[in-house]
Amino acid sequence: MRFFKMKQIKDFTVVSNNRLDERNVLLRLSPIDGQMPAIKPGQFVQVQSPAKDNTFLRLPISINNVEDGQLWLMVQMIGDGTKALGALREGDRINLVLPLGNGFSTDKAKGKILLVGGGVGIAPLLYAGKKLKDQGAEPVFLLGARTASGVLERDLFEQIGRVLITTEDGSLGERGFVTQHSALQQEKFDKIMVCGPKPMMMAVARYAKSSDTDCEVSLENMMACGLGACLCCVEKTVKGNVCVCTEGPVFNINQLTWQI
Amino acid sequence: MAGLSLRNPVMTASGTFGYGLEFEDFVPMSKLGGIIVKGTTLLPREGNDYPRMAETASGMLNCVGLQNKGVNYFAEHIYPQLRDMDTNVIVNVSGSSPENYAECAAIIDGLDKIPAIELNISCPNVKDGGMAFGVTCEGAASVVKAVRRAYHKTLIVKLSPNVTNIADIARAVEAEGADCVSLINTLMGMSIDIEKRCPRLSIGTGGLSGPAIKPVAVRMVNQVAKAVRVPIIGLGGIMTTEDAIEFMMAGASAIEVGTANFIDPAVSGKIADGINHWLDAHSINDVNEIVGIINQ
Ligand SMILES: Cc1cc2nc3c(=O)[nH]c(=O)nc-3n(C[C@H](O)[C@H](O)[C@H](O)COP(=O)(O)OP(=O)(O)OC[C@H]3O[C@@H](n4cnc5c(N)ncnc54)[C@H](O)[C@@H]3O)c2cc1C
Ligand SMILES: Cc1cc2nc3c(=O)[nH]c(=O)nc-3n(C[C@H](O)[C@H](O)[C@H](O)COP(=O)(O)O)c2cc1C
Ligand code: FES
Repeated sequence: MRFFKMKQIKDFTVVSNNRLDERNVLLRLSPIDGQMPAIKPGQFVQVQSPAKDNTFLRLPISINNVEDGQLWLMVQMIGDGTKALGALREGDRINLVLPLGNGFSTDKAKGKILLVGGGVGIAPLLYAGKKLKDQGAEPVFLLGARTASGVLERDLFEQIGRVLITTEDGSLGERGFVTQHSALQQEKFDKIMVCGPKPMMMAVARYAKSSDTDCEVSLENMMACGLGACLCCVEKTVKGNVCVCTEGPVFNINQLTWQI
Repeated sequence: MAGLSLRNPVMTASGTFGYGLEFEDFVPMSKLGGIIVKGTTLLPREGNDYPRMAETASGMLNCVGLQNKGVNYFAEHIYPQLRDMDTNVIVNVSGSSPENYAECAAIIDGLDKIPAIELNISCPNVKDGGMAFGVTCEGAASVVKAVRRAYHKTLIVKLSPNVTNIADIARAVEAEGADCVSLINTLMGMSIDIEKRCPRLSIGTGGLSGPAIKPVAVRMVNQVAKAVRVPIIGLGGIMTTEDAIEFMMAGASAIEVGTANFIDPAVSGKIADGINHWLDAHSINDVNEIVGIINQ
């Protein structure tokens, strides 16, 4: 038996549930016992959804921020489980297993760090950017969305660092995908950290490789246990199949076998 | 039970509790009767491609396909970490021929802190063997016969529910010297993504687990209890203390908790405590009093 516990099962209360746009909400949670576990940027939680019938497993959700004793989760309502999270109200209780996964290597990062996010994939970048700034690195955010209203938490990102935006319809920032942003041609970054849909992460990985920049991606493979026990969430790597929930979700692109 | 000394009737099911190490933050191993570690094969296996999991109503499908680093890696690198665990550590053994089942079992026979193996003749997720043995009396008997010669400690045989008559298979493995049978493994299933028009799992089909399969499992435990004299370990969809009691009343001397560990990583310890409380509340001194009570 180990002497200290790393992972915990914990009850939280919903402090607030704010609509960010028609598909996304921001939940601010506070631990009932007042004890927030130590959390690294890029780690995630396994949430027990209040929807009982067809959602039976916990849902993996990234940690968006830790601030003032509160844990923030950004949830995109796509199925029964996430819709039930979106319907939570102030004062409701919710059970989490946390903290899970390895997280971004923010503690070692120096210099100008590009944090690229698409859609709800921006979630872990806020806390990562904050940590980077705290330790003297320069976070630059590149956020992509279909349209202006989909660029979530823009004001919060702007408080931390420079924010570059692309929208597919051109309603905000430059028109196109994140990899088409002009900054990528004009500037050199010391490291890139990415979270978003897989095609986007692959495109960014391709850019990183061609510009010889170190790059980490955060994967969202389907999970059951979140603890490294079931082997459902595996990703092919240079070391063979490994669990995204314990050896990830963050991987250096050198570790992956993506055809890029 | 069957030469094993169990602190209590609660164990954890293979493939759902890792090597126990993954759950040490949540459950004191000393609370459990035993843990059954991941499926182990003679040679390393990479398992099936992703996606390996699909959620279904009150359950999940998986097609992990016995990913493991092989029995020699287990003996050299994992066993040393499990030696001092304060519970029975039982290894789940799989194979593709009676000979390699037996060879794998013989290596585990040499590990002094492993008191038993659970033979998996029922994995629905690998092409080369596994369940093929578990679905006929002859196949099941041939594996148990070969392993019985090579393995001298407690031999548990895990049965497949994907058969016409599970009682016949149970009788066949009992006749070849199984000390105990455990049931059920997962039920073969399929789920389709109607937008993509393709199966959700990489190999098409997978094994269904979770509360969705519990009534099937309870029925099979009861059927087997009437057919064999060896003790039975019941599993399939156990989420609560009450579920565990139900299996025991159907004829199980012990139970395994599987998929429930994913929803509440501490649940196995809670069920172990819960059974004691239930027995106290019903003024029952010995848990064996309820085993198979519906058959009396
Ligand atoms: C490490 C990690 C971090 C994540 N972080 C966030 C986050 O910060 N915010 C957020 O909104 N979502 C996040 N997700 C995705 C989220 O877990 C899924 O959207 C959620 O589980 C869907 O559940 P549901 O019951 O609402 O939908 P379901 O009805 O179960 O599924 C709806 C659709 O989502 C897909 N899906 C289901 N489960 C997952 C899954 N685990 N991963 C990816 N796709 C899935 C299904 O294939 C289906 O197409 C994360 C996933 C992982 C693995
Ligand atoms: C992800 C996963 C992996 C499994 N791997 C194994 C295995 O390696 N060997 C085995 O005998 N059973 C395996 N099983 C089956 C379980 O041990 C158990 O028999 C089954 O899930 C039914 O119990 P449950 O409904 O309580 O989970 C696995 C089940 C799951 C969900
Ligand atoms: S989700 Fe179970 S091993 Fe990763």
